[in-house]
Amino acid sequence: MEFDPFSLARIQFAANISFHILFPTLTIGLCWILLYFRTRFTLSGDRDWEYAYYFWVKIFALTFAIGVVSGITMSFQFGTNWPGFMERAGNIAGPLLGYEVLTAFFLEASFLGIMLFGKERVSNGVHLLACSLVTLGTTFSAFWILSLNSWMQTPTGYTVENGVLMVGDWWEIIFNPSFPYRFSHMLVASLLTSGFFVAGVSAWRARRDVDGPATWKVINTGVLLAAFFAPVQIFLGDLHGLNTLAYQPAKIAAMEGVWETERGAALTLFGFPDETTRETRYAVKIPQLASLILTHDLQGEIKGLDEFEGEHPPVAMVFWSFRVMVGVGLLMLVVSWWGAALIFFHKQHQPLFLRALSVMTFSGWVAVLAGWYTTEIGRQPWLVYGLLKAKDVVADHPTAMLMTTLVAYLLLYAFLLWSYIYTLAYMATKPSQSLTALAQAHDDQVNTSQQEAS
Amino acid sequence: MMEQWLPLFFVSVMGLALLVYIILDGYDLGIGLLLPLADDTQKDQMIAAIGPFWDANETWIVLGVGVLLIAFPRAHGIILTELYLPVTIMLIGLVLRGVSFDFRVKAHSDYKGLWNRLFFIGSLLAATSQGWMLGSYIMGLRANGITYVFAFFIALALPALYIMLGCGWLFIKAEGDLHARAIYWARQTVLPMGLGIFLISIATPIASAAIAAKWFSLPAAIGLLPIPVTTFMAFSSIYWALQHPAVLQGRNSWLVFAGLVTICLMSALGLAYSIYPDIIINRLTIEETASSAASLRFAFWGTAIAVPMIGVYTFYIYRIFGGKARALSYE
Repeated sequence: MEFDPFSLARIQFAANISFHILFPTLTIGLCWILLYFRTRFTLSGDRDWEYAYYFWVKIFALTFAIGVVSGITMSFQFGTNWPGFMERAGNIAGPLLGYEVLTAFFLEASFLGIMLFGKERVSNGVHLLACSLVTLGTTFSAFWILSLNSWMQTPTGYTVENGVLMVGDWWEIIFNPSFPYRFSHMLVASLLTSGFFVAGVSAWRARRDVDGPATWKVINTGVLLAAFFAPVQIFLGDLHGLNTLAYQPAKIAAMEGVWETERGAALTLFGFPDETTRETRYAVKIPQLASLILTHDLQGEIKGLDEFEGEHPPVAMVFWSFRVMVGVGLLMLVVSWWGAALIFFHKQHQPLFLRALSVMTFSGWVAVLAGWYTTEIGRQPWLVYGLLKAKDVVADHPTAMLMTTLVAYLLLYAFLLWSYIYTLAYMATKPSQSLTALAQAHDDQVNTSQQEAS
Repeated sequence: MMEQWLPLFFVSVMGLALLVYIILDGYDLGIGLLLPLADDTQKDQMIAAIGPFWDANETWIVLGVGVLLIAFPRAHGIILTELYLPVTIMLIGLVLRGVSFDFRVKAHSDYKGLWNRLFFIGSLLAATSQGWMLGSYIMGLRANGITYVFAFFIALALPALYIMLGCGWLFIKAEGDLHARAIYWARQTVLPMGLGIFLISIATPIASAAIAAKWFSLPAAIGLLPIPVTTFMAFSSIYWALQHPAVLQGRNSWLVFAGLVTICLMSALGLAYSIYPDIIINRLTIEETASSAASLRFAFWGTAIAVPMIGVYTFYIYRIFGGKARALSYE
């Protein structure tokens, strides 16, 4: 592979965004879960919910910090790596990113302090309010960034003057055709990811019997959350696919490996797409199913890659990313429903199930990355679909410098990811401090009364 | 006729955001720079003094760059492309500093020393590269020897200002030993910082003819006199307070920090006057690079409403965490 400045800038941005997305994906969902723990405690006074909150808020803080700092990196890279994007599409992209900073970043960053450290300084009500505002902030943040991303996929509401994109109608820009699907798909992905995350880590804790009943409450919460949202996600994914077919048929053709336009297209389950011979080798196919899924008609027409000669994405990567996402999604459905059934019959202590949950801890990350690769690689060679190509907006940096910074970033990310998982494993083996303190107080009391008795 | 004012409005918001960033994240970074000099208990106290605030403090630079992007996309592209390397170093520094806050208390205690060191290294990378960027920006982002020399000196001077801000913050938040240590650190730093600001003020008009022309012509020179005079007075009060540390106990503990804020404010005003109406000196004016009116109008309402709101809740949060810092506990 030859490393020209364009592909290096691209790899660098891809590395950055892939690393970054892992953490907000967790915090957006985790925030709602924490809010749920916090509210359950306030309503019931059951201390288990409080332990659950305290244990998970620490992990939330760590995750949030990595998300924030890698996000700042991204906000700068728009300018350092793709200056042409801001020159040509800045009129639209700028304000959307600006609103994210103004309505989301400050809100979450400011109230996070109270959420994490303010418990003794504010009333329970104010603390709950701070948690709600942080949750709202993370969700607003997803709203704006997905609005911009969706607009880049399905641009509407703009005009072109001298090659520069100008604002036509803000409403059409923000609520562009793919936005509702992408936004809901991402939020649900976030809930699923964090559902499996909390259940997975807690299953690990349960197998070592740390924290007692609080751990089981968390497992139940995570599993039931996932069991509810897994089918919702499949439904949303289907709607999203139909929307993509309408606006980005080349992406669908690559996802399904359809080389030539056909009616009654078969669904390729597996295979190896080969762009030189323009065929999918060793394909396992189900007749007519692709047409049925995508057009809801057995004889529906699917446009093939032949119609987008030279302007379609790399087929194999999109084809495979899509299958990984769907595969992991289906696995999540199976495991969460199995878990829901076990919970219903009070059998969630089954070792095999706990082991399965632990294995699935980071399954959401795999699905989310695969999903983003599908949609982001799937829109190539376009940056703003049909309007602006990535290679026309790249910065002109020397190859050596890009290579150096890329290696630095990759080392940093590998180090941080390793530290994150290592620290998580360490935290998962410890009971929460308040529980230890409580147990200590109990022991002391027992000791004192024993001494008094003797 | 609002339209004509929009670019000016946004350039002011951008300047304000970057000024607030330098002051607020300045004290965070300054404390990070001082970290290796403290013992283990003091390290925890120092982090506790900035723990609830750093994240929001850091967001101001995102706002500053965000406004540059919203309102002046072409300048955003040029500035960030030219400063590619220092920006990358700063980002790596901010990443290391930011994650160390959490890792140092959450990872196994064997690694606490490592994360403390990374906290320092991150702060150092961020502070020096910010100084370098400020220096090259003042020189109009020219790639020549004099720019590099100038940038190099600001890369040394800005961390000194940050250390002073860090000490100023510790006077407010810390007690006992740490308070005394902070006074010692500040006494070591105050003269180098003062000298740095003085040299930069002299060097800027020498290095840039465009800036010299603006400052040394009557009647402008007389109108501008309050800037150096106020700076000198603020510096003198800081110096005086450090020689009389009893003043910094109790109710007047904010004195040094307030003096530093004044210096930052005066420097920002001076710089703004030097650059206006350009956004990159001698290369690009604010008018030339402004976004379309439709974009600015849309962003205006959000900014005009959100920024004061951010100010209000930031004030509220500083009140909640007011007084001397207590040990940070998640439970």
